[in-house]
Parts: sequence; structure tokens; C-alpha cells
Amino acid sequence: MKKRVRLLPFLAPGLALYLVLFVYPTLTGFYYSLTDWDGLSPSYRFVGLDNYVSTAKDIVFKKSLVNNLKFMLTVVLVQTVMSLLLALRLAKQSKRNIAFRALFFVPTILSSVSVGFIWTFVYDPSLGLLNGMLKSVGLEAWTQNWLGNADIAILSVAAVQAWAHIGQMMILFVAGIQAIPNELIESARLDGANPFQLFVRVMWPLLAPAAAIVVSYSTIQSFKAFDLVFTMTGGGPNYSTEILSTYIYNSAFMNYTFGKASTASIYFLVLISLITVLQFRALRTDRVSD
Amino acid sequence: MALKWLGRFLVLLFTIIILAPLLIVLFTSFKTTPQFYADPLGAPESLSFHNYRSLFEGQPMAAYFLNSLTVTLATVALELLIAGCVAYAIMRSGRRVGGLVFGLFALGLMVPSQVNMIPIYSLIRKLGWSNSLTGLVLVSLAVLLPLSVFMLSGFMKSLPKELLEAGEIDGAGEWRLFGQIVVPLCAPYFASIAAFLFVIVWNDLLFPMLLLTGKDKLTLPLALLSFRGEYVSNYPMLLSGVVVAALPLIILFIFLQRYFIHGALAGALKG
Repeated sequence: MKKRVRLLPFLAPGLALYLVLFVYPTLTGFYYSLTDWDGLSPSYRFVGLDNYVSTAKDIVFKKSLVNNLKFMLTVVLVQTVMSLLLALRLAKQSKRNIAFRALFFVPTILSSVSVGFIWTFVYDPSLGLLNGMLKSVGLEAWTQNWLGNADIAILSVAAVQAWAHIGQMMILFVAGIQAIPNELIESARLDGANPFQLFVRVMWPLLAPAAAIVVSYSTIQSFKAFDLVFTMTGGGPNYSTEILSTYIYNSAFMNYTFGKASTASIYFLVLISLITVLQFRALRTDRVSD
Repeated sequence: MALKWLGRFLVLLFTIIILAPLLIVLFTSFKTTPQFYADPLGAPESLSFHNYRSLFEGQPMAAYFLNSLTVTLATVALELLIAGCVAYAIMRSGRRVGGLVFGLFALGLMVPSQVNMIPIYSLIRKLGWSNSLTGLVLVSLAVLLPLSVFMLSGFMKSLPKELLEAGEIDGAGEWRLFGQIVVPLCAPYFASIAAFLFVIVWNDLLFPMLLLTGKDKLTLPLALLSFRGEYVSNYPMLLSGVVVAALPLIILFIFLQRYFIHGALAGALKG
């Protein structure tokens, strides 16, 4: 009992901050989702579950859900494959490998606004690096308005998200590979395993936990993406890059429908919780260590 | 053999994919606007600091810089202190109470900022903290608490119990145990988490955008966004802004690489 009293000063500031500026707002978010508040007027009406019904029917909301999935799948696929391949090549501790790993990590520490500006420039249809390079190697037909074409804009942005975080995912795989005991690989080599067999039979089973972490981390990170999409396209053209988080932002701060935006937030929370629960399951079943 | 070459090719290809956009940004920031339009992709003929100069003359860059630095340093330092104390209390108060407190914070891991942005925005307005850096620091502290407590608790759990018990027998109080045993032993972890949090706070866009309204209070990412309005498609100016905002982090990264990378690892594993 006395001990608990002695520990109270350690707990109090953190707990107070957390309850006032995190828990309380989260709970009021639920409450706002049941009202028709516009975010500005002092009064609003309680409308029950109306927002939940109308949001579920909203075409733009549905579109942003589909876009979110497209964005997430693209990012996870590209990131996982690329980062694994790079990690396999760069896992050995040598000065050169460490330098490459550091270089590939650099985009991770840049802000999404910076990354967004950099790539808006790279994607620029007339002045940008990408179309310029395609032209210079005779692939004129492949040039595109990468962010202006509603059919591919979401993929263009997803590629940038992947670009920014492959280095980070690679580091996770490198840690996983370095944890594999060297004797295992040596003895498989002595038994005459070729590199392919070595990877499939020996390394992959031991890398499964690292892969689970990379896939789930990248899933959640890309599902929550906001800054990059907001900076590069703002959801356009014609809602083709609208994802859930930009939908929430736009309906709250552009259209002043706070109630509806709160409802979309709750839907978002439910989805992300589902993904997180699945992630914990995946991690728990085949996790070796951290 | 073929595999080795394939690996080398992959690394080379990826080096180009990473470096080309970064180099073109650096090149472009050193070009004058006419130079840029004449040859948007070539190397700059000569290094012109013209864009940087007009950026610093046309904008209160020093103020933006100071805002970002103040918010980031205050948030990271206080976060380590507050979350460190909470993690210590969790570790020391036994399985039941400690587990309960830990669970309360861990629940917050599920709630992303996007879900909280609307209620936090309206709460801050009600409290009259709009456009205050202090308000932004407090919100950032609260939002980062679940992750920081989670990571720090993980590390503190791995400390040898005997050390704390020995300290207790010698008559050390909780503050001494915390300050003289736990913090020094956890110092490398604190450093990694500090680097991890530094990147998050320095680069954050969402909460500064919601809470800061006046031009004098902008942080660097917000300032960059506002430049876009002013220098519409003036890429040399915009990209020199990108360089200015990114430079401090890149320099820190070069010197403290190990902590940044460990921090990112810890963040991924624990978050």
C-alpha cells in the first residue's frame, strides 16, 4: 500500500496527460459521431445512428475505402519483396553494406511533406525526372501524367510511400537474418544446398517472424497514411486518391461536417483495430523473439 | 555466381532509385529559375545560392526553424521523462496494478492520430490553446505516450531485478532507484527512443496543421506547405525549402545513425 503511494508521483503526470488529451477526446469522438455538429456553431442535434447509415452509403466514402485497400496492398507487396531482397544481399556486416543500409534508410527520416514535394517534382509531366528519363531511353510511349491520371494516381502515390519506407523494412529483415545462427547456414552449404534451397528450406522458416513483423508494420503504416497523400494529391483527381484519412480530414475541415467526419473516424478505428488484432495473432503464433 | 551479379544489380538499381530523386532535388535547389526552365534535369552550371538567399530573405525561416526545434526538443525531452516515470511505476507496482496501467496505455496504441484529430482539435479550441506551441507540445506528448510507455516498459522489464532490490536494501528511495539505477542502465534505449521520437515530432504535419493557425507559429513541414501556395510550381524555391527542412535531420542521422536505426527497429517491434 505504501509503495503504491510512493509510486503515484511517477504515474500522475503521464496518466493525467493521457486521460485529458487522449482518452477523453477519443470518447468525445464517439459522442460527436452521434450528432450533426458542423464544428463551428455552439449548438447541435443528437441524431443517433443517422451518420453511420449515411456514411456507409456515401459513394466517396466507399471509394476511399477501396482506394485505401489498393494503396495498402501495393505498398505492402512492393515493400516486403524489395526489402527482403535487399536485406538478403546486405545483411552481412561489412563497411560497405552498412553504408548502403544507411543510404537506403535516408528517405525514412525525411518528412512526408518533403517526400511529397520531391516526388511531385519527379512525377511532373513536363519537367520531371521520371518522364525525362523515359524519353531519354526511347520509352516516350510510357510517359504519363503520373499524378493527374485518375487511373494510376493512387499507384503513383503508393510507389512513393514504398520508396520512403523500404529502407526501414530492410533493417527489420536484416535483424532477422543476422539472428540466424551461422552454423545452420554453413552446415546446409556443406550438405550441398544451392542458394535457392538454402533460402527456401533453411532461411525462410527462420525469417517468418521477421516477415510477419514487416508485413503487419507496413500494413498498418500504409493504412494510416495521411501526410503523403494530403501533400501530393489532396485526394484528387476526382477522388481517385481519396483514402479514409483524407476523407475524414476533408469532411471535417473542408465541408464542416464534424459529426459525419467523426463517424468516418470510428469506422476507421474499427478497421484498424481489426487489422491490429489480426497482426497480434500472426505475431504470436510464429514469433521467436524480439 | 549469377546470383551474386543479380544481387549487385539489385543494389545498384536501388541506389539509383533512392539517390536520383534526392540528387535532382539538390541540383535543382542550386539553379536559378531561367536555368531550371532551360534544362530542368541537367547538373547546375554553377552553384547559385540564390534560392536559399531569397528563401531566408522572403520568409521568417529562422522563426520556423526555432518553432520546430522548440516543439521537437521539448516534446522529446518531456516524453522521455514522463513516459520513463510511467514505465518505472508500471515495473515497480506489481503484476496486477502494473498490468492494469500498462493495459490502459497499450489500448491507446490502437487509436491512430487520424481518429483523434477532430475531438483534439475541438478540445484545444475550447481550452483556448489554439495557435500555441505549448498546446502543440502537450498534445504531442499525450499522443506519443502509448508508444513510448510501451517501448520503455519493454526495456525496463529486461533489467535485472537484483539491482533494484540491492538498492532498496541500501535504503535508496524510488527517485534514487529511478535516477541512479534505471535511467543509467536504460540510457542507450532512451537514446534510441529519443531519435525515433525526434523524427516523428520534427516531421509531424497533422497536429501542427490542426493547432497552429498564425503564420508566426508554423513549424517547418507546415511552412513548406505554405510555400507551395506562394511559389506555385517554382520548383527551385520549393526544393530549396525541402533541403533546409531536411538538413538538420540528415546531419543528426549521419552522426547518430546507430540510434536512429535502433529506434526504428524498436518502434516497429514494439509498436
